[in-house]
Amino acid sequence: MSRPILPLRRCSSRTSPNEYPLCPASDVHSVSRGIIGFGAYVPRWRLDRQAVKQALGWLSQGKGKAVGTRSYCNWDEDALTLGVEAARDCLSSVSAQPDAIWLASTSLPFADRSNSGLLAAALDIAPACHTLDSAGSLRAATSALISALTNTSCALVVGSDARKARPASPQELAFGHAAAAVLVGNEQVIAEHLGSHSVAIDFVDHYRATHAEFDYALEERWVRDEGYQKIVPPAIAALLTRCAVSPSEITHLLMPTGPAITTRLAKDCGIAATAVVDPLHTEIGDTGTGHPLLMLCHALETAAAGSLMLLIGFGQGVDALLFRVPTKKPSARPQRGVSGTVAAGKTDTIYTRYLAHQGLLDVDFGMRAERDARTAQSAAYRRHRDLTAFVGGRCSQCKTLQFPYSRVCVNPNCRLTDTQTAERIADVTGAVKSFTEDWLAYSPNPPLAYGNVNIGDGGNVFMEFADVEPGVLSVGLPVRMVFRIKDVDRVRGFHRYFWKATPVGS
Amino acid sequence: MATGIRDKVAIIGMGCARFGERWDASPDDLMLEAFAEASLDAGIDRDQIEAAWLGVFYQEQSTSKSGLPLSLALRLPNTPVTRVENLCATGTEALRGAVYAVASGAVDIALAMGMEKLKDTGFAGLPERTKGTFEDQWQPGFTPPGAFAQLASAYAARHGITHQDLKRAMAHVSWKSHENAADNPKAHLRNRITMEQILNAPIVAAPLGTFDCCGVSDGAACAIVTTPDIAANLARNQARRDIVTVKALALASSNGVEMGHASWDGSYTPTTRLAAARAYQEAGIKDPRKALSLIEVHDCFSITELVLMEDLGLSDPGRAVNDILDGRYDRTGAIPCQVDGGLKCFGHPVGASGLRMAYEIYTQLLGRAGARQLKNPSLGMTHNLGGIPNRNVASITVLGLNSI
Repeated sequence: MSRPILPLRRCSSRTSPNEYPLCPASDVHSVSRGIIGFGAYVPRWRLDRQAVKQALGWLSQGKGKAVGTRSYCNWDEDALTLGVEAARDCLSSVSAQPDAIWLASTSLPFADRSNSGLLAAALDIAPACHTLDSAGSLRAATSALISALTNTSCALVVGSDARKARPASPQELAFGHAAAAVLVGNEQVIAEHLGSHSVAIDFVDHYRATHAEFDYALEERWVRDEGYQKIVPPAIAALLTRCAVSPSEITHLLMPTGPAITTRLAKDCGIAATAVVDPLHTEIGDTGTGHPLLMLCHALETAAAGSLMLLIGFGQGVDALLFRVPTKKPSARPQRGVSGTVAAGKTDTIYTRYLAHQGLLDVDFGMRAERDARTAQSAAYRRHRDLTAFVGGRCSQCKTLQFPYSRVCVNPNCRLTDTQTAERIADVTGAVKSFTEDWLAYSPNPPLAYGNVNIGDGGNVFMEFADVEPGVLSVGLPVRMVFRIKDVDRVRGFHRYFWKATPVGS
Repeated sequence: MATGIRDKVAIIGMGCARFGERWDASPDDLMLEAFAEASLDAGIDRDQIEAAWLGVFYQEQSTSKSGLPLSLALRLPNTPVTRVENLCATGTEALRGAVYAVASGAVDIALAMGMEKLKDTGFAGLPERTKGTFEDQWQPGFTPPGAFAQLASAYAARHGITHQDLKRAMAHVSWKSHENAADNPKAHLRNRITMEQILNAPIVAAPLGTFDCCGVSDGAACAIVTTPDIAANLARNQARRDIVTVKALALASSNGVEMGHASWDGSYTPTTRLAAARAYQEAGIKDPRKALSLIEVHDCFSITELVLMEDLGLSDPGRAVNDILDGRYDRTGAIPCQVDGGLKCFGHPVGASGLRMAYEIYTQLLGRAGARQLKNPSLGMTHNLGGIPNRNVASITVLGLNSI
């Protein structure tokens, strides 16, 4: 077998797709440590809140303001797939590779199967990597970030949530789904970490028991008055005092609550009203655990040198983090970033589709949906890098790129045996060679779109397309690869992931 | 040095069950119906059959594995029966097995039976099945119409043909088959339909609409084969002057190029081109456009038949749309295609289809086709494409009329 075993050697810059470079040495605390990369992903689908109001207006209470849109996962997305895309966006602009992958969420797809391990695998990070799932509170991401900043590793911290909301609840309108990722390191620092302060208080503004589907939320006025206003300001004061920073110097107050609460809080803390940052609730909703990171990423896209950013995570206590954008701000920016992924939204007015994709509408998909989607785990493990990281083979003789990797080269003019080396296809830009929109095939979001994709260098993959509406596909259309749920095994409570092609522009 | 199969084996009897949604019929009933006709035609009793091949594709849906279902249904006298399966080329594989057995001299008389009982699945379309433990984890969850619809987008792009022109030619393919099947009492779908009905039908897998898809049917078809000498003697006993012999049996299997290599642009079926070249050579056909009296091709979907006209060398590249709309493959055209209605209307019980096609060629060559009889046909060809454009088996049979 010619397929190389994953290399254990690490180097400081990525020299080939099969090497896993190490982040710059980080054992010297005197050098500045902070954010060295950032990225985000908001799922493409945005539910028009008016569509909810129209469907549920008869429930007289008229929960909340039905203004704007909220993001939601397509049927084949979850907190993990969102996290993978955010992480890819983050890593797109940096040469350093993480040696720690931490995934924070309250809606992880697996209760007992390392979600961060799956995330690392999808990113094709070398196995000699520290993975950690952080959960149990909406502070899970900011707490993980504090740990990363006070650690020495080159850690990728991903916050992601795809929380369900009970139909007609205020959360249905308020929530959104998204993920954000930041890379923590010591060189080319974009936002220097000045300090952090954490407070743990079992203040139950909302909760979700282990097996519950939905949050139970308490009265908003009480949460505002007894929660935010009494718990957050002392934490901010303690942090700023320790860092010897005056509240008036803060240029960005990054807090995932509504602007009214944040503005009041800023005033109470002596922070300028102009520092209050728009949480994007109108565009995408409150996306949960990852939202503080998402706001940080958004602010970093445009923050001027010298900006002082105060990041707040709230949930049974507070995490407060202070960052300063260095005088010489590195130019690294993610490929899409928050602004790119927010702008790529597609407004949906079909409320029942949203419900179905959240598993909240028991739709009859017909007998074809009865097909057994059992996963042969031994076969899956044998090819786990192929499937999870979308790694194929490149023939060392004829250079043909191929998926799946095979013992014998697929090029009809080559057909040599055991000449292929592993090569990742996930970052390839392909082109549609043929396609269909199939209304007969089972798909939770029909029609099922699939076709042949030219992956370049002689390769072709017959694969599904993601996030395409009828009429979008055409021969020659450039596509990029995205990590998605492939099949759901309802009988055994398992689902498997693979990569799909989506139009480059979407 | 191999000399090929040409004229080494003759078909002395064929039978075909009525195709359709045979709610009344079990797999045994279908096989008995086909065999009774073939036995009577050949004047051969089941006890004279020395070896048999049974072709069944979706075995788990209808019978079981092995050749036993045929042996049990006919209560054969412990005859050697072998089951073969090669996707939609299964029926042709059964014929190939029987023909090669006779040609080898191992036996004098052999039976090829193809059968499929599809309508016990409980829903329309073909049964859902796994593609393989690894394949299921990365290949799209495709259906046959969706997999074949790929040809349409790639063909239109390659030849710069508009969606409307392609749809119209595809509609003509289906319209023609419905016209033909109206004169075939054994066909599944015998209704005449208009071009407008076809063009306005709901989309199944873009751009294929309902009438671009073949019928999903129950059925069985069989052939009894022997040496040309025995066939000639039997024919003389029946006061016949001609026998039908096998001119070519060719097969080509995908090796992964279509699934994994960019050299294929998705607009044609390379295996058909290879199988056709092999078949034409074996049969001694120099110009198939002149030599072939009629053809039965794998029209699982209208777009398949369209691109096959080029793959079989009958239309020039990019010209199939024009040739089809010009009526070249109509029953009255230069090369009649699917005179019996094809998969589209005769129906597509997968394991039986290759033999059903041979049945039509055989029937036409012997002048027994009744209302749809062509004038003096002498050479006919069948073609199957098993699988999907991305991964398939192409099979071709050429049958010809020989004077004795």
